[in-house]
Amino acid sequence: MLKFLISRLLQSVPVILIVVTATFFLVRAAPGGPFDEEKAVLPEVRKALEAQYKLDLPLHEQYFAYLGDLFQGDLGPSFKYPGRSVNEILASGLPITAELGFYALLIALVIGGTAGVFAALKPNTKQDYIPMTLAMVGICMPSFLLGPLLVLVFGIYLELLPIAGWGMLPGDKILPSVTLGSAYAAYVARLSRAGMLEVLSQDYIRTARAKGLPEWQVVVRHALRGGIIPVVAFLGPAFAGLLAGSFVVETIFQIPGLGRFYVQAAFNRDYTMILGTTVFLSTLIVFFNLLSDVAAAWLNPRLRAQFQGGK
Amino acid sequence: MAAAPGSATSRNPWFSLATDPSTAATTRGWVETLATRYRQTAWAVGTLALSALLITTGCGGGESNVDSGNRDGIFHLANAAEPQGLDPHAVTGVPENRILRSLFEGLVVKNPYTLEPEPGVAQRWTISDDGLVYTFHLNPEARWSNGEVINASDFIWSWNRALHPETGNRNAYMLYPVKNAERYAKGELKDFTAVGIAALDESTLEVTLEAPTPYFLQLMDHYAAYAVHPETLLQFGEMTDRFTAWTRPGNLIGNGAFNLDDWAMNRFIKVRKNDTYWDRENVSLNGIVYHPIDNQTLEERMFRVGQVHRTYEVPLDKVPDYRQMPDTLYHQDPYIGTYYYLVNIDKSPVDDPRVRRALSMAVDRELLTRSVMQSIVTPAYSMVPPGTLGYQPPQLFTFDPAAARELLAEAGYPGGEGWPGLEILYNTHEAHRKIAIAIQQMWKKHLGVTVTLTNQEWKVYSDSVKTGDYQIARRGWIGDYVDPNTFLELFLTGGGNNNTGFADPIFDNLVSQKAPRAKTREVRYAYFVEAETRLIETMPIIPIYTYNSRYLLHPSVEGMPGNLMDSLNWKYVTLVPGRQLPDAMQ
Repeated sequence: MLKFLISRLLQSVPVILIVVTATFFLVRAAPGGPFDEEKAVLPEVRKALEAQYKLDLPLHEQYFAYLGDLFQGDLGPSFKYPGRSVNEILASGLPITAELGFYALLIALVIGGTAGVFAALKPNTKQDYIPMTLAMVGICMPSFLLGPLLVLVFGIYLELLPIAGWGMLPGDKILPSVTLGSAYAAYVARLSRAGMLEVLSQDYIRTARAKGLPEWQVVVRHALRGGIIPVVAFLGPAFAGLLAGSFVVETIFQIPGLGRFYVQAAFNRDYTMILGTTVFLSTLIVFFNLLSDVAAAWLNPRLRAQFQGGK
Repeated sequence: MAAAPGSATSRNPWFSLATDPSTAATTRGWVETLATRYRQTAWAVGTLALSALLITTGCGGGESNVDSGNRDGIFHLANAAEPQGLDPHAVTGVPENRILRSLFEGLVVKNPYTLEPEPGVAQRWTISDDGLVYTFHLNPEARWSNGEVINASDFIWSWNRALHPETGNRNAYMLYPVKNAERYAKGELKDFTAVGIAALDESTLEVTLEAPTPYFLQLMDHYAAYAVHPETLLQFGEMTDRFTAWTRPGNLIGNGAFNLDDWAMNRFIKVRKNDTYWDRENVSLNGIVYHPIDNQTLEERMFRVGQVHRTYEVPLDKVPDYRQMPDTLYHQDPYIGTYYYLVNIDKSPVDDPRVRRALSMAVDRELLTRSVMQSIVTPAYSMVPPGTLGYQPPQLFTFDPAAARELLAEAGYPGGEGWPGLEILYNTHEAHRKIAIAIQQMWKKHLGVTVTLTNQEWKVYSDSVKTGDYQIARRGWIGDYVDPNTFLELFLTGGGNNNTGFADPIFDNLVSQKAPRAKTREVRYAYFVEAETRLIETMPIIPIYTYNSRYLLHPSVEGMPGNLMDSLNWKYVTLVPGRQLPDAMQ
């Protein structure tokens, strides 16, 4: 197990290094720079700005300087927000995005998991078709449609919930979490249904039933553990995806999270900010993939046996 | 390692948190634990759902920002975007401007109704007869927010910073009318004492100009000319540093009617009334909350549920509905900005002035502004918006498809025959696309010529325009100050924002030599009319419309008139409690 972990950790270093290098040179290759605006910037001002951000150095020197800072955990100053460092901006956005992602994931697991399990218990009946149709709608309905719809109904017509913000008014976290969670709930429902269906047809389930165990024990104790393996495998990338992909929801609900900075940075050619967010998110994705691999291994007795045998 | 299901489970970290694996117990014990756990989870889920419901129903009766704001004197402004920062010498932009003018004050401020200068830090001022020397007498009551008196030397230090080549201030050019300021900013002159700003004594500031600049007092209200508190800046870094923490809440020392109270990135900026401000008796608001909302649809929704007093803009598709409401809260005021097409006069076929004039005369601006733009803008036939402090530009052409066809035939393309094609470039945006399509249709219909449309992402577009890699490109220009000069000086030969290849020594002479030295406003405007006539006859630009500012304003707000600059003076703003949104809005 330790060996597995170490080898996976070592593999992730070159992956991140490649991401850094590719991003660094790609953003420089994009036309336009951080100081291009509708109003022309006077040449002398541009020179001063470039000197302040070390853009006057040759490209390879900038690259190695950046790598040096990166290894010390310094992501540099933001171009768009003078006086703020990228570290600081990421630190201000991350807790919010993580909280939003966590609630969304919770909603996805509770609603999606329950729906998927129930659907699998009576396949090809109403109990299956209704939640699965809803899940299909959930997958197909993009959050930029669902979000405004929820706002219209719960915020404007019913006046029950705040329509924007995060932690500013009571209840303002509900709509964004539901909007972001529903697409994932739909995936979780389909995955858990498929996983459960496969497990429920196994011999050991028949044995359990033959022993005369109550149905809920069969499902919860015997089937669920095997049935949710696909969901667990999905969770790691999903959480990383939630962090990186909450941009749309963050924009609709005016949430000061990471996703908005990421996209704004690309439009602004905020070099350090683009690099910082990319490095940060790719590290997260690598980490969560690793985490879900480990969790899946633990849930699957056969894989677990392999690790223990190889020790 | 084929373990029995029970023992395998007990080693599973998922379930073994509560059950100790060593006592791994009988299967029965484990089942019981799980059942309890399951029940607990059910309880947890139930409680969660119930509390969510309680929160949900509880907040329906909550007080809106507008209600609480009207009671406590707090203004809630939808302010478009998170500001780049709050350092007046490091940032640019309208949202930044609105925050900065609550935290700082220039030598002179503008009356929001007339846009004429009023006392700010300077109590009074005199102008020498040749228009070259301005003497500002600072108000002895003017204080920094820490209670210190504002000295003339604070302004000298600050202008040195604003102009210093290493500061990288994009608005440094606002101070270029000051003697030697441009040379200093370009690094050609090292000695700041040679720049035309001097302290006659602690409270008297003398500014000497390069040439008469009739709009100079207007510039004193721009944040590039604001003073910053030298000791505070030096406490956090060097004079020219852009990255220090001096603008953070608790650190920032200003001299405006408000103090920085709290700042959460992408959430809000809160300012509260400054008790050391010299004119505090005339400040009605107790505070302002700036909400950075970069989504027009969202800010309109927030306005409808009473979360903001004023929006930044109004979504185009909502304008007709708002207009029809009785006692509408929709406001639309002329704004000092022009939307036009740049023409690259070095590229065929638009290198021929007859072609340029034909294209311009074949644009039906009345139809365009009415149908495509829902009448939120005004047709433009000149570069300078009409009525800029009394200036009336010449109208040298009208929509005249017949005359346009003749001109095009003269240029060698009768009825569009032999037309080599033409490309309109715009930055990716729905509004620009709609306008370009309408113009494409008009040129097809009236002139028989085909043009293609190309859109580029903002930075790419900016780069193409700057390097002249285009034939026709859209452009908007918002005046820096209320004077025709801010539009006409764009087209000086080699100007950084000219971008068209237009170069006319007579035009240059009129704008940069004759007009500044004119004795009266009438004579000066006559020079401008002459210059603009030369510009429009050569037509390196195709004017399309004049901007209007448009926003929703809550009925409880007073003292926020529309004006050409959309200029706010927070001192004038008051809130009247008890006024509600009309029922039609709910």
